[in-house]
Amino acid sequence: MSLTELVDLLSRDFMQRALLAALLTGLAAPAIGTFLVQRRLALLGDGIGHVAVTGVALGLLTGTSPTWTAVAVAILGAVLIEVIREQGHTNGDVALALLFYGGLAGGVLITGLAGAGAASLQVYLFGSVTSISASEVWYTAGLAVVVLTLTLGLLPQLFAVASDPEFAKVAGLQVRTYNLLVAVLAAVSVTVAMRTVGLLLVSALMVVPVATSQQLARSFRSTLLAAMVLGGVAAVGGLVVSAWLSARATVAPGPSIVLLALAMFAATWPVGVLLRRRRRLAEPFPILATDSPAEHEIAGHTEGQHSHEHGDDCGHPAVPHGDHVDYVHDGHRHAPHGEHYDEH
Amino acid sequence: MLNAVGTPVVEARDVTVAIGGRPVLRGNNLIIREGEFVALMGANGSGKSTLVRALTGLLPLTQGSVLLFGTPLSDFKARHRIGFVPQRGTATGGVPASVREVVSSGRLTRRGLLRPAGRADRAAIDDALEVVGLTDKAGEGISTLSGGQQQRVLIARALAGEPDLFFLDEPAAGVDLPSQLALADALRILSDRGASVVLVAHELGPLEPLVDRAVVMREGRIGYDGPPLSHQDIHGHHHPASTVHDHVPHVGSPFDTLSPTARDGVR
Repeated sequence: MSLTELVDLLSRDFMQRALLAALLTGLAAPAIGTFLVQRRLALLGDGIGHVAVTGVALGLLTGTSPTWTAVAVAILGAVLIEVIREQGHTNGDVALALLFYGGLAGGVLITGLAGAGAASLQVYLFGSVTSISASEVWYTAGLAVVVLTLTLGLLPQLFAVASDPEFAKVAGLQVRTYNLLVAVLAAVSVTVAMRTVGLLLVSALMVVPVATSQQLARSFRSTLLAAMVLGGVAAVGGLVVSAWLSARATVAPGPSIVLLALAMFAATWPVGVLLRRRRRLAEPFPILATDSPAEHEIAGHTEGQHSHEHGDDCGHPAVPHGDHVDYVHDGHRHAPHGEHYDEH
Repeated sequence: MLNAVGTPVVEARDVTVAIGGRPVLRGNNLIIREGEFVALMGANGSGKSTLVRALTGLLPLTQGSVLLFGTPLSDFKARHRIGFVPQRGTATGGVPASVREVVSSGRLTRRGLLRPAGRADRAAIDDALEVVGLTDKAGEGISTLSGGQQQRVLIARALAGEPDLFFLDEPAAGVDLPSQLALADALRILSDRGASVVLVAHELGPLEPLVDRAVVMREGRIGYDGPPLSHQDIHGHHHPASTVHDHVPHVGSPFDTLSPTARDGVR
């Protein structure tokens, strides 16, 4: 496809809508994903995605918009996951797994009951951003703005809760409320990203840009902002790439977005390794304030005067002194200490 | 106890905590007054960390009551008045965070929702970093710091809220000596500013001169409450070690024992 053809394709109405939806998804998903990675819940997005499949299927069954049923079920699932996690049972991740698979299996089953077949589910599982309608773009835009406003506005509080919940609790923050908020926002982002990259790949857009940006960033805020930029670039870039290749083969936008994000990570990772290595090498050794050698007096003799090592038969009077033996030498006592003698 | 005139900042009465049905604290009474520097000591599992977690509201009480600044814990809203330094290991998450960001989160107790940091907030954060001696590390990622430096970051975080009462859970555990000394300096500055400090410690080390009251826990109960005990008092064995070495070779006789104390007694 030539460049003019590509520009022509990108300027079509459906492509403009797709680009806008992709950009908003690319910005919103990594913003909330940063908090999930901070709390070591990188796979939470994946779990919510699985649960949302049931939501989509319910939409297909009842004839309502699958977007809204997916939002409702995903929020319900996210809250349930958060509650299970908070109870802190040792098999918490097993309980999460049960929920994931229940969501996926339930979704496929209900789709079958709706008589829709796997093909209609395909749109949501792997995304089909180019078939997005004008009203869906508005929903996506609205939800993305909500996610971005709340994450960026409450950034200090969410950071405090995500990095140290105990401290945050003592500091009077409503830890449970903030954790539920993150879960709900993650659920909303999942459904926002559903049409772009699909429910099975949604977690990649939440996690991969964060993994890329933390190779280079030193602070939480710069990690989050860089992840948003990378996510936006990956989403729009992946869509353009898939449009460009579409003349030759069927290239879905979802996988190309995710693969572009992964390519960015692959490109940054060696740089990150190099940077960390250089930082480590530049680190000075700590200056130890204690254990200075001035604490004990070293006998100031020339080598010649100590032509022998003190011992049982060296001729110098031996005096037991605590855990060692001193030798009387020219009117003072010597204690052997490594390669020199201390005055005692 | 030592400072019976100050207003109580912590009043714990009959504090009992059970975890999973097993009693960990049993009916402890503890009053800490303004400006006191209290060391909570005891063996592992004696309940000293649990007591601090109960006093800060992290653990629910099975029985008893805790008053902070005269207010019951459940109604206590003036959270900016207390600063909590948890055990290290919670400082790093999955995403890099700079020292300054971590310290800033300690200021949230005095910042409203959706309100950007003001000049007073920035000044308090700068001051907190200076007290722990990490001003030049403010932009570094916290995961690149040593364990002792991370511990000092957590102290600076508690300090940023300018609290009157500090709870520190094992701040010196597993920390190298230079960092322990820096820690002692930071705590001395706090104490001199009039803050009350409750410090959980297994051993005091360089913090020893700061402590003016020791509370020793044993099997969930307060076993000792009074002036600080030396390491020797707690862990020492019973025959006193002789610190004086006899340097002067001399002849012992039936009337002259070799022990230096006995010889001094004769003089």
